[in-house]
Amino acid sequence: MSLATMFKRNSLLDERSTWITSVVLIVGMLAVVVLHALPPDHAWHLNGSVVSLLGKYLTYMLLALAVDLIWGYLGILSLGHGAFFALGGYAMGLYLTAQQAPLAPWQAVMAHFPVAALAVILAPGLLALVFGWLAFRSRVTGVYFSIITQALTFALMLAFNRNEMAMGGSTGLTRFDELLGFALAGEGMTVALFVASGVAVLLAFWGCKAVTRSRLGRVCMATRDAEARVRFIGYRVEHVKLAVFVLSAMIAGIAGALYVPQVGIINPSTFAPLFSIEVVVWVALGGRATLYGALLGALVVNYLKTLLTGVMPDAWLFLLGGLFVVVTMFLPQGVAGLMAHLRRRREVTA
Amino acid sequence: MTPTHATNVRPEGMTGSQAGFGFRHCLTVVAVLLAWLAIVSPVQAEVTPQRAQALLQALDTDDFDAKAEAAQAIAASDAAQKTRWLEALLDGRLGRERRGERFYIITDDSGREWPIIDAITFEDAGTGSRRSVDAFRINNALRTQLQGLIASLSLDEGDEATRLEAAKRLIGEVDAQSVDAVAAKLDDEESPAVRAEIDTALALYRVEQGDASALATLRGNLDTRVRNSLSTIAASDAPIAAEAGETLAGIESKRAWYERGQTLFFGLSAGSVLVLAAIGLAITFGVMGVINMAHGELIMLGAYTTWMIQQLLPGQPGLALLLAIPGGFLVAAAFGILIERSVIRFLKGRPLETLLATFGISLILQQLVRTVFSPLNRRVNSPDWLQGAWQINEALSLTLNRLGVLLFCLVVFAALWALMRYTRLGLEVRAVTQNRAMARSMGVRAARVDMLTFGLGAGVAGLAGVALSQITNVGPNLGQSYIVDSFLVVVFGGVGNLWGTLVAGMSLGVINQVLQPWVGAVLAKVIVLIGVILFIQKRPQGLFAPKGRTS
Repeated sequence: MSLATMFKRNSLLDERSTWITSVVLIVGMLAVVVLHALPPDHAWHLNGSVVSLLGKYLTYMLLALAVDLIWGYLGILSLGHGAFFALGGYAMGLYLTAQQAPLAPWQAVMAHFPVAALAVILAPGLLALVFGWLAFRSRVTGVYFSIITQALTFALMLAFNRNEMAMGGSTGLTRFDELLGFALAGEGMTVALFVASGVAVLLAFWGCKAVTRSRLGRVCMATRDAEARVRFIGYRVEHVKLAVFVLSAMIAGIAGALYVPQVGIINPSTFAPLFSIEVVVWVALGGRATLYGALLGALVVNYLKTLLTGVMPDAWLFLLGGLFVVVTMFLPQGVAGLMAHLRRRREVTA
Repeated sequence: MTPTHATNVRPEGMTGSQAGFGFRHCLTVVAVLLAWLAIVSPVQAEVTPQRAQALLQALDTDDFDAKAEAAQAIAASDAAQKTRWLEALLDGRLGRERRGERFYIITDDSGREWPIIDAITFEDAGTGSRRSVDAFRINNALRTQLQGLIASLSLDEGDEATRLEAAKRLIGEVDAQSVDAVAAKLDDEESPAVRAEIDTALALYRVEQGDASALATLRGNLDTRVRNSLSTIAASDAPIAAEAGETLAGIESKRAWYERGQTLFFGLSAGSVLVLAAIGLAITFGVMGVINMAHGELIMLGAYTTWMIQQLLPGQPGLALLLAIPGGFLVAAAFGILIERSVIRFLKGRPLETLLATFGISLILQQLVRTVFSPLNRRVNSPDWLQGAWQINEALSLTLNRLGVLLFCLVVFAALWALMRYTRLGLEVRAVTQNRAMARSMGVRAARVDMLTFGLGAGVAGLAGVALSQITNVGPNLGQSYIVDSFLVVVFGGVGNLWGTLVAGMSLGVINQVLQPWVGAVLAKVIVLIGVILFIQKRPQGLFAPKGRTS
């Protein structure tokens, strides 16, 4: 089925939630850009650091999208998606450091942007391809898969901590100067990166929506609900899983690449199992298998995190832990599920 | 040294007229001293202040050869102070009054004014300085000789342990002047351990002199000094180089075996920690199909319980540790049952959600500990009987705390195994593991079994915490650092299988330890992780798959 017929027969934008999400994303982005352009003494002015923070949230939202794609639609819970995010980030970090002084001779090649851009997608993609091929081929599923993804990111964290990797050891890559010939420090760059992240989120959202609404997406959901049956019907389930898993890893890699220039550092702590599992709770809170729920969850949880770690750092882990318990016990479909439930109730009573 | 010793000097090691002179000289000294001793004191050797003065006076020369002879004379004398003198001389703290005839020992030469004592009476003599006291200087040759003399002197004094220490110090220090004296000690020594060390010292001296027959004594000796001087000889063009090389090769291969044993021990002790951490997990996972991500934090609670009990019983770390074993079990089991009743029970049949919820609980528990205690690491003291090492020989020593953890792990394992095998609860647990629906229809109260199993698994985690407190510091992140590893053990060993967990934990520990010298600690861990990931591809059921149609 060609892309054109898919759009005609089953328009991407015929769902209300997709419409609303797209509009909210675009309007929100424009609003941030406009508010930032206001004179600094204006009451509504957003300064550069806030824009940068929002840009960081956007990359997290992109990562949440990647996790939702495989967890929500394929039923694969990856506790190691931070690894793909970090690999994309390291590829971008290498590009940025190679501009000035590469840490190892082979890294000089990363100074060319096209090479770096390719690495951002290929490094996570290849890892996902090899890892996924091994795992899905031998039908590692459920909690087993979750645990070995966690082991994967843990192993990578240990490996990237080694100085022999020439990846900056435990300090990671930092002190970046310029991106594509423009200084990273300027306000203009902050806005440009914010907009780039926003556009990436929007495109990825539409892309994921397209995938989930295609035949591939239906096979995914069928696999999630009854893997054995799909296999017996004649689908190569492992190929379906592998394709979507690799796509998801690539999206995570792009998110990491956009994240690094905005925060100015990438280090092995991004590989930490805790980060990957935090991503899962964003998605769980927002609501699985809706895509917009993942975006919402990532935004809300990270805003709360910024708020709380500033005011009472002790409370943050209590809240995060509490979120895990409450969401899984009382909100299995997340906020998105809650809203849908309320809407249905209203329709019934009306 | 009592005078009778001197008559036992064996002159074989000496040559020519010098030996004859030494022998005669010794006899004369002995005769004089015997006569003198008979009058003054038959038990405790003492010399007159004049004699002591004369002995020290001989040291006051710029000629190092003369000084060496004087030191020899002191060692051969009966002055009760002689060890102290030689030690002070070795440290450069024996000196002479610049304007006078008195000798002093400087007790502390760190400052400008030194506290000094009289070298003969050991009475306090106020303070001295560089200007008033002239310390005797020594050179390297003299230093070596002094070390040998002091060592051979301490062979006469003290209990077996000090004599053994002294004998060990003698290895490599024996030279032409002291060889006879050392050989004489051999005859009077009763302790076989001390004799063996003296034998080694003498044999090493003879080998260095080119005596190939003495090599037999050194065969399989693990002492570093023996190895060093043998490798020097083997590399030289001495006539016995080839034979020394052979002996050396024997020593090296024996050493390599002991080193392998040491690696195995470290691997097993690391593995036993893994087994302790993972076995509770294996039980709950096997019975309930539940991944308990808070397991690491239950371990942490056990460790903190140990720390708390130790705070309550200051000065009695042994008693505290023994009390912590039931204490840690009960605290962790109580928390485990609480988690099971309040959360896990409601997430039945949704393993991924259970995983997330228990992860949330683990975050809460971590932060709870950070808030209640502190984010800093706490040190739990080990009782005396878990401190130090059991030194089997030069190449193999087993640290007692790790040995203790290993034994503890085996005891806990045996207890769990017996529980599973012989009790009603064990029977029900096995029934539910095999087939929950069937077990329930046979009248097993599965919900109760779940609760008790979870409590049991959590309690074992608490025991792991008690054991861990003896080898690492206790901190809020303690559990996290073990959780990934314990999951790997469970997955590697096969779910719900005690033996599988034991074998998997021990082998992961040993593999990790074997890899470490080659690739470093971090890379070894990475390799093990990747290895297990690949292994799961091949055998998703783990090493010991449960039989039947359960999976």
